[in-house]
Amino acid sequence: MKNLLGKLVWVIVAVAGAAAVGGIAINRGESINALWFITAAVCVYAIAYRFYAAWIAAKVLVIDETRATPAERFDNGRDFVPTNKWIVFGHHFAAIAGPGPLVGPTLAAQFGYLPGTLWILIGGVLGGCVQDMVTLFFSMRRDGRSLGQMARDELGPIGGVAAMVGTLAIMIILIAVLGLVVVNAMKHSPWATSTVAATIPIAMIVGFYMRSIRPGRVLEGSALGVILLLLAVAGGGWVDHHPALRAIFDHEGLALAWCVIIYGFAAAILPVWLLLAPRDYLSTFMKLGTVILLAIAIAVMQPQVKMPALTQFIDGTGPIFGGSLFPFVFITIACGAISGFHALIASGTTPKLLASERHIRMVGYGGMALESFVAIMALVAATVLDPGVYFAINSPAGIVGAEAAQAVATISAWGFPVTVEQMETLARQMGEATLFARTGGAPSLAVGMASIFGSAFGNGLLALWYHFAIMFEAVFILTTLDAGTRVGRFMLQDMLGNIFPKLGRTSWTPSVILTSAIIVGLWGYFLYIGVIDPNGGVNLLWPLFGISNQLLAAIALCVATGILIKSGKLKHIWITGLPLVWLIVVTTTASWQKIFSDDVRVGFLAAAQDKAAKLAAGTLSPGDVEVAKQLIFNLHLDAALTAFFVLTLWIIVFDMLRVSARHLAGKPVLPLTESPYIPSKLAGI
Amino acid sequence: MPMKNNFLIRAWRGLRRLSGDDAYERYLAHHAEHHPDEPLLSREEFFKQWQNSKWQGVKRCC
Repeated sequence: MKNLLGKLVWVIVAVAGAAAVGGIAINRGESINALWFITAAVCVYAIAYRFYAAWIAAKVLVIDETRATPAERFDNGRDFVPTNKWIVFGHHFAAIAGPGPLVGPTLAAQFGYLPGTLWILIGGVLGGCVQDMVTLFFSMRRDGRSLGQMARDELGPIGGVAAMVGTLAIMIILIAVLGLVVVNAMKHSPWATSTVAATIPIAMIVGFYMRSIRPGRVLEGSALGVILLLLAVAGGGWVDHHPALRAIFDHEGLALAWCVIIYGFAAAILPVWLLLAPRDYLSTFMKLGTVILLAIAIAVMQPQVKMPALTQFIDGTGPIFGGSLFPFVFITIACGAISGFHALIASGTTPKLLASERHIRMVGYGGMALESFVAIMALVAATVLDPGVYFAINSPAGIVGAEAAQAVATISAWGFPVTVEQMETLARQMGEATLFARTGGAPSLAVGMASIFGSAFGNGLLALWYHFAIMFEAVFILTTLDAGTRVGRFMLQDMLGNIFPKLGRTSWTPSVILTSAIIVGLWGYFLYIGVIDPNGGVNLLWPLFGISNQLLAAIALCVATGILIKSGKLKHIWITGLPLVWLIVVTTTASWQKIFSDDVRVGFLAAAQDKAAKLAAGTLSPGDVEVAKQLIFNLHLDAALTAFFVLTLWIIVFDMLRVSARHLAGKPVLPLTESPYIPSKLAGI
Repeated sequence: MPMKNNFLIRAWRGLRRLSGDDAYERYLAHHAEHHPDEPLLSREEFFKQWQNSKWQGVKRCC
């Protein structure tokens, strides 16, 4: 009877999910209730988790609860600790959930709500969740080894080097593009800039508190910090109304970019307890709190999604970034659907905490499903805006014109009516001077969130909600920036240490300064070229980030596919093989178009030629000539970088195919490095 | 009421565990169980080491 009831519940979930997805897909009305999206997402994740993930765990990976995990075998009370599954889930989710799933879906909304929604749902349950789960499993069976080590052990030195280079490259591009998102959110906004600036001393106060005043009292310190952050949001409003203070925090993008670069360097060389660790506590609490609040607000308010299902920009003429629906929606939304970066976490801290192999499904698959859900909420927050407003906020001045009247005329002519008065009123409500051309996703998401929060919890506080949302995004973007710079530095020190042993010493100050400066210089340069780009650097950098993130995903899936084949599970390789083939198709097509397309807004080389032609024609002003020369160089650099990414991808794919073919032909390959079976003594943790 | 209290206490414990607020207490327990004869770190020294080791490697994602 109970069994029958269980089946009935799943049938209902399946029918509800199918109805919601179908409803979203065929809706062609004026607007559609956001609850459809939430229902569709919850049902799809639930079904995939209950059936697909359970099947993978039981039949493909063959989870063995009686086997001792690394946490049990090496329990040292520090990094290897058998931990309750909810706690591991919390740690894992806090580690994988960053700003990526908030920005990507917001940008991809230029195609309409449908492509992004479908890709997040399908890519999530068939791609991202599977990648995270199998990587976690394989790392756990190998004493918690990292993706790079597994690539080297299972495929060979080529795979190992590709994984290392891929990681470093994605880190550089990631930091640059996130820096750009923050810069665009702070540009000429004294309120946002002063609030974000205040987070630095607040983090330091919290750091001192936890270090010296009340050592190790993490929760007390964090509570203090959260209160100070909320005060900083309110204080920003006061700064904004103060003529003298206002001027101090009112800056151009380029000046702000320099601030971010200097900040990044300082954060990388300062001790972790002073800035990075306390900032991380604050951003984690803020992140979880805001995501929960957003979920409640969407459930309570049930806002209407006003964006059409598809816009005319699927043909590649979109204002936010150039490029057609295929392949660019799959590049723009990486985090939330499939994110290679997660493989680093799933082969880092998490496998060392698992008390039982049974927890793999909840932590690996479930953790990613929740992140994917965050991406759906971000998409909802961006698409509840009037489409005209969404495009006015996100379209760079280089596309729609720098004048407000010109911009609204262009956007209205596309069929998304918006007026100057509407934008002015909105900007005034949000406490901003203007909301035009704030490309990058953060401001439009903040406007969307503010309007959802405002209607749920009171409309009088719109400006506060807006700047709260900006602060919340900035805080954890800056955390990723700090942490990423530091990881990049460790990797560089590791590499240089092979040549000059002294530089490999992670605590030797000259090495710390040198390697930090190199890493900051690299991402700082890309941030700089993004800021000076007249079409909005997001068009330039976000595709590079998507391609590099998926390169890393492809590496993780190659390693997993190779291990499955070597383990004699050829008939099941499609679980990782299918997403891998899709990623290869998508990234290769996107890279090809980014390099060779004739469209100047897509192809780097075409854009460089276009600039060169304008330069030769002598129609540019003297200031523009200098910029044009730089842009031409940068476009060539971007083309070379894209080529390098796609080449790395193909090298590792061929390496995996080579190893697999040898294995299938009965020739010797590197042996599986799985640790031997040791029975578990833990039960029921 | 005991049910509710139980839940609140568990949630509080979970929060302390997740944030690392109870890291020193767990260290004391681990120390007493596995190496009672080795010297014990003070709360301050322990926290320094714990924080430094926590930030070696990839800890945050995009």
